Amino acid sequence: MNPALPAGVQIVVGLEVHVQLLTQTKLFCGCPTKFGLPPNSATCPVCTGMPGVLPVMNRRAFDLALRAALALGAEVASFTKWDRKNYYSPDLPKNYQISQYDLPFSSVGGLEITTAAGTKFIRLIRVHLEEDAGKMLHDEGGQRRDSLVDLNRAGTPLLEIVSQPDMASPEEAKAYLEELRLLLRELRISDCEMQEGSLRVDANVNVRIPLAGRMVPTPIVEIKNLNSFRAVERAIVYEARRQHEEYQRTGVDMQAGAKTTAGWDDARGVTVIQRRKEEASDYRYFPEPDLVPVVVDAAWLERIRQELGETPAQRRARLRSEYGLPAYDAQVITAQGHAFADYFEAAARASGDAKATANWCTNEVLQLLNDRKITIAECPVPPAAIAELVAQVKQFSINKPKAREVFAQMLATGKPPTALVQELGLNQAMDTELLRGLVQKAIAGNPKAVADVKAGKTKAMDALVGPIMRETKGKAPTEEIRRLMQEELSKS
Amino acid sequence: MILHERSARELLRDLEAGALSAVDATTAFLEAIRHRDPKVKSFLHVDEAGALALAAAVDARRRRGEPLGPLAGVPVAVKDVLCTRGLRTTCGSKILARFVPPYDAHVIERLRAADAVIIGKTNMDEFAMGSSNENSAFGPTLNPWDLERVPGGSSGGSAAAVAASLAPRALGSDTGGSIGRPASLCGIVGLKPTYGRVSRYGLVAFASSLDQVGIFSHDVGDAALLLETIAGHDARDTTSVDQPVPRYAANVDQPVQPLTIGVAREFFGAGLDPEVEKAVRAALDVYRQQGATIKEISLPNSVHAIAVYYIVATAEASSNLARYDGVHYGHRADRFDSLIHMYSRSRGQGFGPEVKRRVLLGTFVLSSGYHDAYYVKALKVRRLIKNDFDAAFAQCDVIMGPTTPTAAFRLGEKSADPLQMYLSDIYTISCNLVGLAGISVPCGFTQAGLPIGLQILGAPFSEEKLLRVARMHEAATDWHQRRPRL
Repeated sequence: MNPALPAGVQIVVGLEVHVQLLTQTKLFCGCPTKFGLPPNSATCPVCTGMPGVLPVMNRRAFDLALRAALALGAEVASFTKWDRKNYYSPDLPKNYQISQYDLPFSSVGGLEITTAAGTKFIRLIRVHLEEDAGKMLHDEGGQRRDSLVDLNRAGTPLLEIVSQPDMASPEEAKAYLEELRLLLRELRISDCEMQEGSLRVDANVNVRIPLAGRMVPTPIVEIKNLNSFRAVERAIVYEARRQHEEYQRTGVDMQAGAKTTAGWDDARGVTVIQRRKEEASDYRYFPEPDLVPVVVDAAWLERIRQELGETPAQRRARLRSEYGLPAYDAQVITAQGHAFADYFEAAARASGDAKATANWCTNEVLQLLNDRKITIAECPVPPAAIAELVAQVKQFSINKPKAREVFAQMLATGKPPTALVQELGLNQAMDTELLRGLVQKAIAGNPKAVADVKAGKTKAMDALVGPIMRETKGKAPTEEIRRLMQEELSKS
Repeated sequence: MILHERSARELLRDLEAGALSAVDATTAFLEAIRHRDPKVKSFLHVDEAGALALAAAVDARRRRGEPLGPLAGVPVAVKDVLCTRGLRTTCGSKILARFVPPYDAHVIERLRAADAVIIGKTNMDEFAMGSSNENSAFGPTLNPWDLERVPGGSSGGSAAAVAASLAPRALGSDTGGSIGRPASLCGIVGLKPTYGRVSRYGLVAFASSLDQVGIFSHDVGDAALLLETIAGHDARDTTSVDQPVPRYAANVDQPVQPLTIGVAREFFGAGLDPEVEKAVRAALDVYRQQGATIKEISLPNSVHAIAVYYIVATAEASSNLARYDGVHYGHRADRFDSLIHMYSRSRGQGFGPEVKRRVLLGTFVLSSGYHDAYYVKALKVRRLIKNDFDAAFAQCDVIMGPTTPTAAFRLGEKSADPLQMYLSDIYTISCNLVGLAGISVPCGFTQAGLPIGLQILGAPFSEEKLLRVARMHEAATDWHQRRPRL
C-alpha cells in the first residue's frame, strides 16, 4: 500500500452509476428481464439483432426513468431522441448500443448526502436511458478456446446516472451510493443488486496537490470492476495514494480530455491500468433512425409526478417535522427502507411517544432483524406490541434493563408486554415517597460519597444509587432516583 | 394473352369465377420460371413445393366455400431483402448465403393473410446497394428486353421477373430509387410508397431513414390492390404511420380533375438522353390532352440530392451492417487467430466491393472530426431539399419527369466508375430523402426497343391521388401491355 495522503491533498471523485430498471420486459422488445434464466432463453429476433428487426420503446422503462429524473430533481427535457453508439463487441449483437447521446432526457438535479463531515449536495451531470449488453463467458470448458455469449441481459433497460466530481472522500462516495440506492429502491425504480449486476459503479478519481499556492490536478483515472460499495471506497483510497505517489515521481499533471481506464483487483487491493486515452474508441454517434423521438408532454409528466411517492429525503424531513425525531433517528429509520419506516410510524402513532418508539426500533428491533437475518415484514413483534411496551415502560417507569427483559420475553413467549409486565411484577408504580425515603437513607449512610458528589465527582453518585437498586431488586427507575437524589442533596 | 402474361387482377377474376385453379395458375408461373429464368436470372430461390402447397390449400378452401383473402391464389415474387420464415433470405450477399429467418416480415405476413402465393425470392444488388443489379453476390439479373443489358437495381430481380412474366407482381424495396429505376428499365409499373406507409419490420435494413417496401406490377390497378394489402400501421415499426389505408384499387379509375402537374427544370438538365426526354414530353402531352395544367417549377436544392444521399445512406448503412460479424449468425471465416481477425476476415470474405465501399464511406462521414462537416451538413441540406418539395406541392398535385436519365445500359458499362453509376440515381433519390410517394409507369421505348419510364412524385401519403394520376396515362396508352419476347 502506498503511504497515506499528506494533509492538504484533495481527493476528487465523480461516479457513473448504471442501474437496471424494474421492468418486466426489455427496453426494445418483449423478452423478460428476469435474472438467472437459462442462457439465451430470454431472447428474440430483436434483442439478438437479427436482420430486418426493429426496436419498439418500452413505455414502462421510460416511465421509470422519468420517475428517477423527477426524484433526483432533474430537469426533464420535453423532447428527447435516441442515438446509436457504435462499437464492436460479441455481447452486443447489433454492434451498436441504442442510447441517448446529446439530448438526455434529464440534466442537472442532484442528491443530498450526510457523512461525519456534514451534509453536502452532490450535483448530477446527466441521466439517460440505454440498453444493456449481453454477458460473455470465457473458457468455461477449460480448454482455453471457447468463448460463449449469453444474450439474456442484452436489451435490458439501463439508467445511467452521472454525477459531477463533487465527492471529496471515499466516505462521501459511499454515502452518495447508499443514498442513490435507497432512493431507487424506495421508488421501485431498480432493485440495485450489485451481485446480480443491476447496479454497477465506475469511479472517476484524481487528486489535487497543493503546490506553490495553487492546486495541481493529477490525470483522471476511471476505475471499473467495482463489485461492492466497500470496493469503491478501497479503490478510491488506493488510487488517490497511487496518483499522489506517481505525481511525486513523474510530475505529470492532468491533460485536457485525457482519461485512463483501470480495473479494480479486489483480491490484491490494487487498480490495474487497462486503456489509455489514445486507444479510446470513436463511437460515431448518430440519431437512431429506427425509433421516433419521444415527446414528454405536461400530462405525461404529471402522471409520473402523481405516482412518484415519497423520496427518502422527504420522508426524513417528515419524520423530523411530524414526529419531532432528531436527524440521526430519522436518518437511521429511513435508511432501512419504507417498510421499516412504516413500522416505526405505526408504532409511534399508537404509543404517542415517537422518540421512545424510535429508540426501540433503531436498537432492539433492528438488532433482532440483523440477528435473525429477516426483513421487517417477517418481524415477530408487531408495531402495536412495541407501542404497548413503550406505554408500559412509561406508565410504570420501568428502567432500561428491565424493559429489555420484557422485550426478550415478548420474543420468547409471544405474550403481550402488558401481561409480561404483570408477570415480572413491574406494574407496581414505585411510590415516590418510598423512594425518597430510600434516597434519604442512602445519603445518611454514606457521607463520604455525598461529599465527593458535592465536590463535583459525579461518579460518586453510583455509590449512592447502587444500594437502592439492590434493595428494590433493580425495579427502581434510575432516572427517578437520580432526580430525587439531586433534590435531597440540594436540601442538605 | 397467355396465362402467365396476364395481370394479377385478371387472374383473380378467373380464379374467383372458377375458370382457373390456383394450382394451375401457380404451375404456369413455375413452368415459365423453369423455362425462361435461366436467361433472365431473376430468382435466387424458387419455393416450388411451398407455392404449390399454398395454391392447393386455396383451391381446397374455395371448393369448401370458405372465405378467402383478396389476393387468393395469385403468385407473387419477393425481393430477397424481405425476411421469410423458413425460407432463405440472402440479401444478395455471401454473408447471409445460408441465413433462414425464424420470422416473416410484416409485408409477408400481410401477403399470407391475403392468401397470396409466395413463389420465390428474387435477385438484388447486395444489401440493396446498387443501381444495376450487378452487385449481387450470386451474379447479375439480365434485362428481359435485352439480355445484354442491366435490369436496373437494386430490386432488379423483382422487376425483371414481372417484366418477363415469371410472376404477375412482386415486392421490392427502395432506398434511393430501387423500385422506380428497375421498373423504368424493365418497362413495368413500380410504386414506392411514402416513408412510413408500409411497415419495415423484416425488411433487412440498408438505410433505415430511407428504406421502404415497394411494388412491381404490369399495371396501376395491380399496384393499387397490392398496396392496399401491405400498407398500414404496424406496432413493431414505430416509424410506420398510423393513418387509414384508402381503397386504392376501388378508386384508381377516377381521373384527377383539375390536375396541375409540376415539371422541374432540374429534371431535364444535362445528362438526360434525348430519346428519354422525348418520351416523357409525349407523356406530358397525354395529360395535357386530358385537361391537365403543366406548370414549370424549380427544385434548386435537388442538385445536391446525390451528395446528401451518399452521406446519409452510407452513414446509416455502416451501422446497420455492423451486425454481420460472424458471431451470432451468417458467414464466419474458417480460420482466425483473434476476435478482430474473425470480424475482419468474416466481413472481408462475406461482403462484396460495393458494400465495403459504402461501409467505409459511412464510417468515415460519422467519424469524429468529420461528423459535422459531412453527416450533420447533409442532414441540413436534406431539410432544404424537403423545403423545395413542400413549396412545389403547394402549387401542384404531382411532379413529373423521367425516372432515369437513360434507358437500360449494358452490363459492365458503368461498373468501373462508381460515380457514373451513382449519377443514374439522380431523379429518384429525392423521393427517399424527402419521404415522398413515387411511381414509375412505362411511357415508351427507345429506337433500340428499350423501355422508358415516366416518374410521378406525390406529396407524403398521396398514394391514392398518385395512382389515379398514373392510371390516367395508362388508360390512354398501351405501353403497359407490351411484353418482351424471350
